[in-house]
Amino acid sequence: MSLSAALKSGDVTLLPGKRDEDWKWTDLRGLLRVLPAAAPTLDLAGLVDGPFDALCDERHVVAGGRPDVAIEVPAGGELSVALRILSRDGGALTGKIGIRVGANARLRLLESYEGDASAYVTDTAITIVLEAGAAVERVALAADGAEGVNVSQAQVTLAPGAEYGQTVITNGARRQRIETQVTHPGAGAKLRLDGLYLLEDKRHADLTTGVLHQDLDGATDQFTRGVVRDQARGIFQGRIVVEEGADRTEARMRHNALILSDKAEVDAKPELLIFADDVQCAHGNTIGALDEEALFYMRQRGLPETEARALLIEAFIGAVTDRIGFEPVRDIARAWAAERLRA
Amino acid sequence: MLHIENLRAEVDGKEILKGLSLNVPAGEVHAIMGPNGAGKSTLSYVLTGRSGYDVTGGTATLDGEDLLALDPNERAAKGVFLSFQYPLEIPGVPALTFIRTAMNAQRKARGEAEISAPAFLKLAREHAAALKIDFEMLKRALNVGFSGGEKKRMEIFQMSMLAPRFLILDETDSGLDIDALKIVSEGVNAMRSPDRGMLVITHYQRLLDYIKPDKVHVLAGGRIAATGGPDLALELEREGYDKYARAA
Repeated sequence: MSLSAALKSGDVTLLPGKRDEDWKWTDLRGLLRVLPAAAPTLDLAGLVDGPFDALCDERHVVAGGRPDVAIEVPAGGELSVALRILSRDGGALTGKIGIRVGANARLRLLESYEGDASAYVTDTAITIVLEAGAAVERVALAADGAEGVNVSQAQVTLAPGAEYGQTVITNGARRQRIETQVTHPGAGAKLRLDGLYLLEDKRHADLTTGVLHQDLDGATDQFTRGVVRDQARGIFQGRIVVEEGADRTEARMRHNALILSDKAEVDAKPELLIFADDVQCAHGNTIGALDEEALFYMRQRGLPETEARALLIEAFIGAVTDRIGFEPVRDIARAWAAERLRA
Repeated sequence: MLHIENLRAEVDGKEILKGLSLNVPAGEVHAIMGPNGAGKSTLSYVLTGRSGYDVTGGTATLDGEDLLALDPNERAAKGVFLSFQYPLEIPGVPALTFIRTAMNAQRKARGEAEISAPAFLKLAREHAAALKIDFEMLKRALNVGFSGGEKKRMEIFQMSMLAPRFLILDETDSGLDIDALKIVSEGVNAMRSPDRGMLVITHYQRLLDYIKPDKVHVLAGGRIAATGGPDLALELEREGYDKYARAA
């Protein structure tokens, strides 16, 4: 069951849905009665810059008629890439992105999902392979339309001594899932896996992650936060598996959500599955409203209620964006998030 | 200055203030003492407009202006400051950012211009030095991970920065050792002025050795049960609140 299989065959019964444990909160089967035709080839003439173009050496676009992208960073090399996934005109798009980062090479992967107001269906498969000592920072801003359906699935493979940091920031879609699966060899490799969802109206976002620690001495630090209002729905599914023998693994998973209205919903499923003996693993999951006592305290000092709320929320999400390593990207991410909060 | 007349208030449907009347003229410091549960903190929250503290009768005015009709932030802009018994932690918001935002919100509400960043920093350095607060601490999230004493010192720091017209100190001495108590009291005393009033709420007389009140009131059973000079605090320290608690 997968969106790509359904899109390929046109058979809606192949869509993942409620009966699939990993998709029970992001039901595509129940949502899509018909699948749209393939998106026509997108004319890139006149296309305005994406959010990260100015910071990058290479620019790639995935869109109708141009579904495949390959990115290669040679050993010891350094590259900044802007990767834009453009969903337009109610079409179906199946994107395939293959990325290989050579030994001791560095890649900054700056990704943006840009959807219009139409009822498109986009499915993106990304594979990222890091060789020994390689370093990747991936930041994805997902700006889908309210009627769009978007599924992005990344498969990341780390090598000894590699470092991979990721921050996904989204304001959801009609249905949206951004998934990252990481194969972690331990051996000094380091993983940071962060996410942020800021949802309003009836938007839906599903941040799903899986990390498989296969051997000794691996580290994973995962931090996801969300703010939902109106009738929006946020989903966090995080799974960390520490295989037998993957001792001295250090894994930390945190998920905190703020629910700002009675009808908004957050579903969270944090899982740590540990089959090794000597590990340090922890997870924390909180879902709640803004602290009314803190709000009163702030108002007593003179802040109007809306300003006090905004300051608390900004600080709440800032804890995630602050972890983005490269300052110009951090600033863009912060501004992007702030804009979605005001909306 | 502060004029409270026959104030009645309830929390969760239970009447806590039962016709409290009190006058604090400009330039004076009044202490409110009383047994636990007498309504001391309720009074401070009613005056500052905390939700859940419902006024059912009476009035409270500051220089003739009805406080009870205003939002908490509007009262703050009018110059009412409450030093909390248990100051809240504000995660992710550096103390300096918080205070500058508060100061500018108050100024805006009063129709005044915002303070410039250099002027604000200069002011902050001066007041931090006076209260022996490490300036680095002001860059950390407000009160997060601060000790009880540090939180109280931060309250007085905010108070001196915001320069309110009317100060309410709710159990400011709790959680302070003697050295901190002296520093905090000096900070409060530095704010005494002919156009500023203060209400010092405390369970123990100790604080009043450092912040000398003009008048002492005993709050018991939701009312002012007795009023006297500083000697009344000493008498309460000797004899306790029993006779007032019984009378209430």
